[in-house]
Amino acid sequence: MDLAVVVGIDFIYAVATLALISIGLAIVFGMMRIINLAHGEFMVMGSYSAAVAVHHHVNIWIAILIVPPVVVAAIGAIIERVIIRRLYGRMVETMLATWGLSLFVVGILTMVFGDITEGVPTPIGGITIGSYQASGYSLFVIAMSIVTIAGVYLVLRTSRLGLLARGTMQNAEMAAALGVDTSRIYAVTFAFGAALAGLAGGILAPVSGVFPNIGGSYIGRAFITVIGGGPAALVGTISASTLFGVINQLATFASNPVYGEVALLAAAIILIRLLPQGITGRYFRGSL
Amino acid sequence: MIRGISRRTLLKSGAAATVFAPALVRRAAAAGDPILVGSMYDLSGGLEASGKPMYDVLNFAVSEMNDAGGLLGREVKVVSFDTQTNMQLYAQYAQEAALKNKVAVVHGGITSASREVIRPVLDKYKTLYFYDMPYEGGVCDRNIFIDGLTPAHNTQILAEYGLKTWGKKVYTLAADYNYGQITSDWVKKYVKDGGGEVLGTEFFPLDATNFGSTISKIQAAKPDWIMTILVGGGPISFYRQFNAAGLSGKIPIASTTFSGANEQLVLTPEESNGVVVAYNYLQTLDNPTNKDFLKRFHAKYGADYPPISDLTMASYQGMLLWAAGVKKAGGIDREKVIEALESGITIDAPSGAVTLDPQTHHCTFDVHLARMQDKQPVLIETFPQRKPADTAAVCDLKKNPREAKQYIIKVN
Repeated sequence: MDLAVVVGIDFIYAVATLALISIGLAIVFGMMRIINLAHGEFMVMGSYSAAVAVHHHVNIWIAILIVPPVVVAAIGAIIERVIIRRLYGRMVETMLATWGLSLFVVGILTMVFGDITEGVPTPIGGITIGSYQASGYSLFVIAMSIVTIAGVYLVLRTSRLGLLARGTMQNAEMAAALGVDTSRIYAVTFAFGAALAGLAGGILAPVSGVFPNIGGSYIGRAFITVIGGGPAALVGTISASTLFGVINQLATFASNPVYGEVALLAAAIILIRLLPQGITGRYFRGSL
Repeated sequence: MIRGISRRTLLKSGAAATVFAPALVRRAAAAGDPILVGSMYDLSGGLEASGKPMYDVLNFAVSEMNDAGGLLGREVKVVSFDTQTNMQLYAQYAQEAALKNKVAVVHGGITSASREVIRPVLDKYKTLYFYDMPYEGGVCDRNIFIDGLTPAHNTQILAEYGLKTWGKKVYTLAADYNYGQITSDWVKKYVKDGGGEVLGTEFFPLDATNFGSTISKIQAAKPDWIMTILVGGGPISFYRQFNAAGLSGKIPIASTTFSGANEQLVLTPEESNGVVVAYNYLQTLDNPTNKDFLKRFHAKYGADYPPISDLTMASYQGMLLWAAGVKKAGGIDREKVIEALESGITIDAPSGAVTLDPQTHHCTFDVHLARMQDKQPVLIETFPQRKPADTAAVCDLKKNPREAKQYIIKVN
């Protein structure tokens, strides 16, 4: 029974991390249709900003939860202004530009911090469940994932900015005709997506360690989740994370983490074959 | 291939010039040209954190040699190749070092995979090779000398210590390439020999970062202790997640690799305290040679230089061994240097006496069992002059000098 609880936490944790690393991309790619191949590096910049803040004795919670989204949102806004703005509607060019950007960021991080693993201490200890131990931080990651998704839902659903963003993404010309400053909305939405990526990087920094190339291990899973989820950014991310996270963990428990990744990829291929538009292309249509 | 054939035909044709020309060149070089040493370390591309200090201590050894008047009166010059953690470059640079630079010896290669790329190339072009790294054992090749730990040096000690101190049930976590796979087989063998049982073995790529399910599986299996053979920046998170789950100190850990890449520096003391390691060299060793080495090294590279790990020290000691061989041979002729090295050469190194074993071309040296405490290895026990028994069981280069292969242990 105790083991079931511990294993259950592992499953939910896998789903929560998938959702967390995908939600920023769901906004940028799912809503704005920008193939941001530098999404992983946005997360890494979040992790590094958390690590730097911790080294400067900033309170660990501020370092993990506040610093990364603010820093990465600012960087995202600059990148939108300098690069992305010129490439709206040109998918292939955006792909090339963001891929170059990702190489650039990895290079800069390696130059500044060196190709070594930085650590951020885990702020929560273990918890005892019967005769087993579970990581308290895993529960924190799960909670933060839920809070983040709820926050995104509230912003998109209830705020004026969310309404304008959704309207602009659906039909930019119509929105512009109605007096919306669409280029500003695009910039803000992109920065919002970047902030979410930074937040994910900050939250995961204590678990995974921080090194320049770690973005590569995020980006694949993030894209698979967002594409598997389909057009509805939020419901898509949640449903695809749940499906892929559970399959990944089943295979991991049956064999090892390598086959867990293999199972995730195999599931994604089958899903896209059966539902080319993603889960929300068929089910939960019209949801957010 | 084309190059090989044309060379062979040339030799066959027996033109006197082709036989005499190299001899003339060699005599000219002996007049005082520098002795070239090839160094092949990954100074970028992923393993640079390990490669950089190895490169530094190698150059430190060479600079001290040159300050003392060089080797046999000749300056020693390092020809450096940055292999960028890229196997293709290893093959290319090994050829370049042997054919273009005509180096007297190549020091380098970090992963076992890279060693197996260079080894046949240097065999083919008859260029002496020193692999200065702990590895899984079994390489039997007259052209290569290895001064790193093999399983008989340290894995056996760790297994026996664990079985005696913690209990009979073991869980192994290993790196997913030849080093981790073969070493985990040695763990199985040593644990079985000691009357214990390996409950499970899991392999992880060098960038694996999620160990949640593994930690649950370990708890379900209830081992008495864990053996880690993990390599890479990602798997450092295992220790972090293990501690975050509150298991540090509850299930003890022994490791063949921990602190080899200074993992302890990026972890908190709570995350790394108590991990038991066994190495030939520890920076904390209390002997005059080591203290003197550290004083000289820190004077040149700064007192805040990261701790010198066993992996790093092997490059320094490898350089000293090779130089001792050259001195004894009185020249850099490959055959003569090999014979000199096979005469049972011993150096007084920072880790204690290091002796080359003529039969296997591996080393006999002290192995130190230590426990990590506040980011420092604290000595538990010294095992004096451990022999490379794993390789010696299958390899005898005195009897079969033409062998050039790696033996791999079979565990049933």
